[in-house]
Amino acid sequence: MIYNLYIFNPMGQCLYYGEWERSKAAAMSRDEEFKLVYGMLYSLKSFVSRITPAISDNFQCYETNKYKLSMYETPSGVKFVINTGLDWSSQAISEMLQSLYKEVYVEFVVRNPLVSLDSAIESELFKNKIEHFINTRIKEVS
Amino acid sequence: QHYFIQSNLRMSRGRSNLDSKRVSSELFTLTYGCMVAQLLKDYDNPDEVNKQLDKMGYNIGVRLIEDFLAHSPSTKRCTQLEEAADVIAKQGFRMFLGTVPEIKNWSDAKDEFSIILTENPLAEFVELPPTCTDSLWYSNIICGVLRGALEMIQMEVKVWFLQDTLRGSETTEIRVKFVKILEDSLPAGED
Repeated sequence: MIYNLYIFNPMGQCLYYGEWERSKAAAMSRDEEFKLVYGMLYSLKSFVSRITPAISDNFQCYETNKYKLSMYETPSGVKFVINTGLDWSSQAISEMLQSLYKEVYVEFVVRNPLVSLDSAIESELFKNKIEHFINTRIKEVS
Repeated sequence: QHYFIQSNLRMSRGRSNLDSKRVSSELFTLTYGCMVAQLLKDYDNPDEVNKQLDKMGYNIGVRLIEDFLAHSPSTKRCTQLEEAADVIAKQGFRMFLGTVPEIKNWSDAKDEFSIILTENPLAEFVELPPTCTDSLWYSNIICGVLRGALEMIQMEVKVWFLQDTLRGSETTEIRVKFVKILEDSLPAGED
């Protein structure tokens, strides 16, 4: 089960939001939600690195009894955040997000000089590619 | 008028088995040469062209870093400048320019180093006209690329050309100086 996906740029702007399943609607507007998610991740990253008992990488995921939020952050500060069901393992999610970065984001956003990296991505090609990518993954698991 | 003398251009006709990598590298070299020639025509001032090349390089670098990171997932965050220099030479330059430069001439404080290019695909068939030999840094785009790419991974650096074989020097040498680490900026609206 894949619920939704956010992509944030290093400045905290939400470049992309995709939704596949969402039975509970958000209690706020999209923009507010993006700010909330990013703010939470920023705080969590800071918290995690401050109380770490050992030298470690950063925050990767949190889990409730119904869903799991996972994040993959590139060294350049691009954050891929995905909400999945509990049937997804951390490793599978990490591989998926890295592939997403390499095969979709870099191919269709970074390499396209007409797509801006400072605001929501408008490229239809990119949106189609991402949807196809996630849909394929959903089918593989089920 | 500014002309670049293109010598020893390898013709692809007559070779039945096209080396596709070699052909596209020539196209790349020629394209870059045309671009510099056009910039010289537009700005008529080699210093200004140097600035423009740096700016273009910066815009390329800001995106190139993502391409690099996506294709080198095993590369860890560098904790020392020496590590970064090593990655830049052995992985970065190799991936995009097909050559591995030498890293030399470290400053005592270890905050500055030189990149010595033994081969430069950008300048492969090029001879500078006499009007530019003292002022144009033909491959200045590389400086911009390094600056832009490193900025995206939180490193502010100054990058500039020291020597260029196109200008009659012994070597082609680019200097990199580490300025500071850039801190994560707080998202808007957060305190």
